[in-house]
Amino acid sequence: MDALKAGTSAPEFSLPSTPDQRVALSELRGRPVVLIFYPADWSPVCGDELALFNELRDEFAKFDASLLGISVDGAWCHTAFAKDRGYHMTLLADFEPKGEVARQYGVYRSKEGVCERALFVIKPDGVIHWSHVSPIGVNPGVDGVLHALESLPRSAS
Amino acid sequence: MSLTIPVGADDHIQGPETAPITLVEYGDYQCPYCANAYVIVKRVQHQLGPLLRFVFRNFPLSQVHPQAELAAEAAEAAGAQSMFWEMHDALYENQPALSPALIGALAQGLQLDMERFEKDLASRRFREHVKRDFMGGVRSGVAGTPTFFINGERYEGSWDEPSLVNALKATA
Repeated sequence: MDALKAGTSAPEFSLPSTPDQRVALSELRGRPVVLIFYPADWSPVCGDELALFNELRDEFAKFDASLLGISVDGAWCHTAFAKDRGYHMTLLADFEPKGEVARQYGVYRSKEGVCERALFVIKPDGVIHWSHVSPIGVNPGVDGVLHALESLPRSAS
Repeated sequence: MSLTIPVGADDHIQGPETAPITLVEYGDYQCPYCANAYVIVKRVQHQLGPLLRFVFRNFPLSQVHPQAELAAEAAEAAGAQSMFWEMHDALYENQPALSPALIGALAQGLQLDMERFEKDLASRRFREHVKRDFMGGVRSGVAGTPTFFINGERYEGSWDEPSLVNALKATA
């Protein structure tokens, strides 16, 4: 299964961000969206990767970009994880049906039952602008995402 | 990945300018791995002597390490009084007790001009410097700490003492 490539329309989803709230991709139309698929809450590598995105929220704000972390962990788990690590970004639970959104984006590892470590930058019009899949143990850093956001066509907004 | 910002006048450098090997570390004063690396780098410097130039740049992950940004700015403020490395060393050697009070005590121990030191911290004089280090690291693909660059190329190997010494010697 290959990750969706640039030029593909980003599949719509609506996932829980907390035990009683949901976020739909279509709600974010009109601004860039960064999807950060990661294998699991609590594993040290993921923590580092999200820590870096969390640290650079001001940089992403310059692009008016929404950052969404996605894993197959449940909303309660995400809430505890974000609180423990001091993360302020939205973490979405691709929990039921498990991994359905990751499958749509071509980044589900069915053998292990987790998401790939994958990044997508989605343009304000909902089309994928850039995607990248890292080896599961490698923190991809954020420079690729920053470059992708910089190369977005300037919107008229 | 390569280092996007070459070693320059803004940097804190130990070792001769003419050294054939330059080791750049992106580090966080509250990161426990960096505290280990601190000890190892000292030993490596001892082994390689004048062959090695060492540069430390700030990469504080302040959301997860609440004292890291203050510590980074404190080291820079000590640097403004020509005591960067003394503060750098003291911060790592006292990492488990890192706090604003400890940083003040370390500054006093180094006999810094305390009025100036406290003013530099309160005015966040070195915030931009730390941020510049951080963003330079991000642009060079730094994704966690410590991250090392040897002669401008990211070092992906293990940084235990023998591995690091071998890698450094291999580039000389």
